[in-house]
Amino acid sequence: MKALTNRSKVVSDKKMTFIEWIYIPAILKGMSITLRHFFKKKTTISYPEQKREFSQVYRGQHVLKRDDEGRERCTACGLCAVACPAEAITMVAAERKPGEEHLYREEKYASIYEINMLRCIFCGDCEEACPKEAIFLTDRIVASEYKRAPFVYGKDLLVEPLDLNLRIDVSARQTESLLKFKQNKRFAHNK
Amino acid sequence: MDWTLLIYKTVFLFLILLVTLLVAMYSTYGERKVAAFMQDRRGPNRAGPFGLLQPLADGLKMFMKEEIIPLTANRYLFILGPSIAMTTALLTGVVIPWGASITIGGREFSMQIADLNIGILYVFAMVSIGVYGIMIGGWASNNKYALYGAIRAASQMISYELAMGMSIVALVITTGSLSLHEIVEQQHGMHWNIFYQPLGFLIFLTCAFAETNRAPFDLPECETELIGGYHTEYSSMKLGFYLFAEYINMFISSAVIATLYFGGYNMPFIDQIGLAPNIVTILGTIFFFLKIFGFIFLFMWIRWTLPRFRYDQLMNLGWKGLIPLSIFNILATGVYYYFTELK
Repeated sequence: MKALTNRSKVVSDKKMTFIEWIYIPAILKGMSITLRHFFKKKTTISYPEQKREFSQVYRGQHVLKRDDEGRERCTACGLCAVACPAEAITMVAAERKPGEEHLYREEKYASIYEINMLRCIFCGDCEEACPKEAIFLTDRIVASEYKRAPFVYGKDLLVEPLDLNLRIDVSARQTESLLKFKQNKRFAHNK
Repeated sequence: MDWTLLIYKTVFLFLILLVTLLVAMYSTYGERKVAAFMQDRRGPNRAGPFGLLQPLADGLKMFMKEEIIPLTANRYLFILGPSIAMTTALLTGVVIPWGASITIGGREFSMQIADLNIGILYVFAMVSIGVYGIMIGGWASNNKYALYGAIRAASQMISYELAMGMSIVALVITTGSLSLHEIVEQQHGMHWNIFYQPLGFLIFLTCAFAETNRAPFDLPECETELIGGYHTEYSSMKLGFYLFAEYINMFISSAVIATLYFGGYNMPFIDQIGLAPNIVTILGTIFFFLKIFGFIFLFMWIRWTLPRFRYDQLMNLGWKGLIPLSIFNILATGVYYYFTELK
């Protein structure tokens, strides 16, 4: 009979030779293998002290970006919520009052913006849908909690800090192909 | 009544008890480290430096766990099981010569608690009683898996004790003594019994693995088929006693192997250096412990190398492999000594 693959192995039920029968050489061989592994470099990464480098396009916790003057970019258009396949995003829009121009970029803004991190599947569709380059996925990990409620992240956790030094860098995710895709949206704030 | 001797023996007894428990404790740590290293992992390294406090944390955990006695179990036997296992494991250390004698103020103090003239038989007796701990525990649990584990343990121990005993018979023919102290003294100056009884040593080693229920002979407690075997129903410190007894047994077996076949506390080339007798004794004890640790490492090394035997393979090896071999060994030894004595 012809073998179906080249990996197939013919099983033989032949009698063991004396050397095989006393097993000791085989045992010693096995022991030499385990001993070799004993002195090998360990593959473990001791997590809190050592961190493994993420892939450039890692999609973790979201950030709501501000522009260079510190104004929130989000205009509460709701496209991200529509694009979200897991329906994790909810928002309430509000109108900007006079005197709030330094806080919000355009006349409309999101007074409440919530992402349920338990629902989110981190697909990145919100990021693609956003016309204002306001929402990005970052390489941060969503922290674990004891209860469900804290997983609904509000604006306090999502909007990046005002301080320019504390801004969240999302440039790593802006790969060549992605920038090409976003060619019509040229903004310098991604850094 | 000799008070000095009494006090010395009491102190020494507690010292040995302490050392045994300490070594067993750190064997659990060692086991986890060795297992991890052989699997390219790091092992416990969070509790204290290098995870050295891990055994304490494990012990504490064992104490804090809920004590469960199943309703259908036999209460008294259920408690008796681990007690026997632990007690017999600790009792064996009494006859092992931990070192030569120390001379303090012109008096000689032997580094052995009791120099029985039938030391080897005593060790065997204790090991044989040890199986009752497992059997009673498995029976009292009133659980099919536990009973299976107990049956396996009993049959395995009986089968392997035969071969073990017969490998010792050959050793006794060569040494001409049943006292462990005398056997060690005879091995002074590299006359280690391993060179006279290599086959006997191999048989004894294999049986020691089986007697301590260590892999590849850990059928009584194999997790995959018997969900823990005889200690399925045990929790808290009673489970801890069973697990701990296994490590104590491993330590004691290593000590017995080192004593019988590897010269005990004898060191090579110690006579040529010419040190004070007390220093030689201390060095010898240290060397003895090094040998023991070497064997404990061997136990672990084998455990993380070889897969578990199948039950029929185990019985085959015991009855058709080791027992005929040990009989042959006795015969060969007997014939050899018969003809050399004749000259």
